[in-house]
Amino acid sequence: MTSIAKPPVRHPGLQKNALGLTRRDYEGAMSTLCAGCGHDSVTSALITAFWEMDIPPHRAAKMSGIGCSSKTTAYFMRQSHGFNAVHGRMPSVATGANAANRSLTYVGISGDGDSLSIGLGQLCHAIRRGLRLLYVLENNGVYGLTKGQFSASADVGSTAKRGEPNLQPPIDPVLLALSLGATFVARSFSGDKDELIPILKAGLAHNGFALVDVISPCVSFNDHEGSTKSYRYTREHAEEVAPVDFIPLRREITAQSAEGTAMSVTMHDGSTVRFRRVKEGYDPTDRDAAYAYVRHAQERGEIATGLLYLDERGFEMHASNRTVSTPLVDVPFASLCPGRAALDELMEEFR
Amino acid sequence: MSGINDFAFRIGTVNGTGSASANTLLMQSIFRMGVPVTGKNIFPSNIQGLPTWYEIRVSKDGYTARPESLDLVVALNPGTYARDVAKVRPGGYLLYDSTWPMERTLSRDGIDVLGIPFGEMCAEAFTGDRERTLLRNIAYAGSLAALFAIDMDVISEMLKEQYGRKPKLLDSNFRALHMGYDYAREHFSSPLPFHLERMDATGGHVLLDGNTASALGCVWGGATVGAWYPITPATSLMEAFKGYCGRYRTDKSTGEKAYCIVQAEDELAAAGMVIGAGWAGARAFTSTSGPGISLMQEFIGLAYYTEIPAVFFDVQRAGPATGMPTRTQQSDLLSIAYASHGDTKHIMLFPADPGECFTMAMQALDLAERFQTPVFVVSDLDIGMNDWMIERPRWDDRFVPDRGKVLTAADVEKLPRFSRYLATNGDGVAARTLPGVGAKGAYFTRGSGHDRHAAYTEDAAAYQEVVDRLKRKIDAAADHVPAPILRIASDADGSVGPSIGIVAIGGCNAAVVEAVDRLRDRGMRCDYLRIRGFPFPSSVTDFLEEHETVFVVEQNRDGQLRSLLALETGIARDRLFSILDYGGEPLTAGVVVAAVSQHFAGVPA
Ligand SMILES: Cc1ncc(C[n+]2csc(CCOP(=O)(O)OP(=O)(O)O)c2C)c(N)n1
Ligand code: SF4
Ligand SMILES: [Mg+2]
Repeated sequence: MTSIAKPPVRHPGLQKNALGLTRRDYEGAMSTLCAGCGHDSVTSALITAFWEMDIPPHRAAKMSGIGCSSKTTAYFMRQSHGFNAVHGRMPSVATGANAANRSLTYVGISGDGDSLSIGLGQLCHAIRRGLRLLYVLENNGVYGLTKGQFSASADVGSTAKRGEPNLQPPIDPVLLALSLGATFVARSFSGDKDELIPILKAGLAHNGFALVDVISPCVSFNDHEGSTKSYRYTREHAEEVAPVDFIPLRREITAQSAEGTAMSVTMHDGSTVRFRRVKEGYDPTDRDAAYAYVRHAQERGEIATGLLYLDERGFEMHASNRTVSTPLVDVPFASLCPGRAALDELMEEFR
Repeated sequence: MSGINDFAFRIGTVNGTGSASANTLLMQSIFRMGVPVTGKNIFPSNIQGLPTWYEIRVSKDGYTARPESLDLVVALNPGTYARDVAKVRPGGYLLYDSTWPMERTLSRDGIDVLGIPFGEMCAEAFTGDRERTLLRNIAYAGSLAALFAIDMDVISEMLKEQYGRKPKLLDSNFRALHMGYDYAREHFSSPLPFHLERMDATGGHVLLDGNTASALGCVWGGATVGAWYPITPATSLMEAFKGYCGRYRTDKSTGEKAYCIVQAEDELAAAGMVIGAGWAGARAFTSTSGPGISLMQEFIGLAYYTEIPAVFFDVQRAGPATGMPTRTQQSDLLSIAYASHGDTKHIMLFPADPGECFTMAMQALDLAERFQTPVFVVSDLDIGMNDWMIERPRWDDRFVPDRGKVLTAADVEKLPRFSRYLATNGDGVAARTLPGVGAKGAYFTRGSGHDRHAAYTEDAAAYQEVVDRLKRKIDAAADHVPAPILRIASDADGSVGPSIGIVAIGGCNAAVVEAVDRLRDRGMRCDYLRIRGFPFPSSVTDFLEEHETVFVVEQNRDGQLRSLLALETGIARDRLFSILDYGGEPLTAGVVVAAVSQHFAGVPA
């Protein structure tokens, strides 16, 4: 993969947050993703969200699996510890880290392959467990890193590189999370910062598992005509004239939607995707209604976006476990080890 | 064998009939009479209905290996009568429930068959199927007390401890006990020629199973995060950890817990959680068995390459695939030693009994943090689930855990630059930081190629620098794993000739110790080396080199320890003779004695 400078980010001057840090202080290594990749837009939104939330970078931990999407943890907040784990298993690593140190802010980045195929079980169980984690699923309908195979979020009828259509129904992470009892479920589009950033911020503040499904187009591997989450790339033509690893430089797609209205977004290949942002006054506290809303949008060929479901009370692993408030890593050994007298006394029971 | 304080018996029942408490009662009573005793539960992978046996060996000499012959068998499961009868040594006894007419299968020339109508007695004395079934067990315990001269005061005291607060239960247990006792006294010449006499050989000892001991080692050793997925025979380890954490780590007034146990969705997740917790700075562990180790492979490699402390207890069971979940084996050695793809090598500790499970659990937690790598405590079902007589575990309050090289924020500030994978001294261990330490100490943990600064790399030299250091680091651990235990033959043994060498690990130890004594009694000079850790310390190589003939005793089909020795020490494989036992039952001394003897008699072992 070639290293291409990521699209220029707009710096709001030397503006500082409450910690006296500029947005630059929340940046990371230079992205090595394809120019125009939706994932880079999500990275940029995350930088803004953390910065605006005044979260000290070193008090955050960035977790991810494997995939182009999972690489993005390296591209923001270089002052945070980060962990690029194994494919599909980030939730378990995040669970262990959170079990050990509950005082950090955890953000997990995954892809649709990482989350919905190899890692489906881990995603489901992290939701059930109430792991306090902002889980960002950068959803492009393909396995980007392994060059364009269908993922489990690809829509029926979309076509792959070689033209064979996908016949298997997709897994919708939003519906999945709703059915598993997630207390924060949202969806957005990588190019719609106005919508995405507030959602990320709300997710960071949530006391429990916060799923944010972000439709994040892959510029390199999709020619799924009519796909809801990718551009139709004129591959027939490109393959004839260019080496197969040729990736044209593209600009990120941005769009601002208005509440309650449907928004058509034109993709690089000229195809359009319709997002419908929740109306003002939409009630995100009714799980069944949220489910129905998402399904109805789907039936109309639209993708419902916004904060779709929220239970403000949250549901959190340590609360269920009744773990001490001091992070376990900070509990001194002296109070963990029952000591000599206790062992001697206990051993009386084994004779 | 067979004499005062030197005999063995076995009780055959049907799984799910509640015989465990009667068996424990017998064993503990013998123990409290000061007589060395061990018990082995041979149970099915089933909740109810399949045959189960409990073997108790009484040994004044303190041998704890499984007995080779049985002086008495209690046959309470008609389904296994034939097998039970066959197990009795010539001149031994069979005890059966004579409520029903004696079946032909029960008779055999050369043994005494004793019938006691346990079923009938209990049917008359008690009501309800459940009560009758449970008390039948206490009744046979009473009969055995008479036949073996177990001190009834000791048994009574134990029943009181158990049922003190439930007078009705206590009363019915007493009645059942005495029914069995009285019947045996009246009808047979009790005690039998082999029986118990008080001794003073169990003071300072306890009866403990290895999984409980491992769990205690984790509590005392300061582990705070446990992640697991249930699997026989490892389940009771995490359950014990949970129980003791409930007792010692839970604030009595607030109910708040200074621990976090997660029952994961599978072993992959359990491994991931342990690694995540270790990365964040907690002492974390998982308990599993072979199938779980198979599933954890990818994560084990991640922890190795990214240098994260993680402790894995593998309570081994028999066979590939599901195998025989309730049978013991030592067959995961090779799959652990180099677990995961790519170049890897892992630290293993081999406890031989529950006492070592306790100490090695703590050592594993220390070694994992010191070397920043996965550490495996390789136990087995026999050690993990059976009650062993061991020296009382002790705790030294001066113990300070070895947390390894962890830099604080202040440490990091003093550095010109923090480089996660750059070792500053010869041991090959690079200092780490924990998440939250501060901006300057932050780094990116990745399983992909990385250089000394933890930056992504595909550069040959940068990659090799890191993996070469990993090799040095793990090799250096050989001097820090528990040293082998060497029993050198001495002239006092009265043995002659050049010494043969015997090498074994873990659960084989009890049988090998006994076998070595017997071989020496026969005039054979033998030295015994029990390996307790991997990578092998240099003393292992020395031992192999110093002995012309070396027997490697282990419980698997393929001689995995022998292969590891050949691979790691460079000793010619044909110098090492395997003694293998892999049917799933604990090893007996006789297997080892026979194999060595046959070898020298020119018969292939
Ligand atoms: C165990 C394992 N199997 C397969 C792979 C190869 N692999 C790497 S990324 C990936 C798919 C990634 O897809 P997704 O999560 O959607 O990320 P994207 O690249 O599309 O952002 C696969 C199959 C791997 N790294 N590990
Ligand atoms: S292949 Fe697709 S997902 Fe991967 S970096 Fe390129 S555009 Fe992004
Ligand atoms: Mg994808």
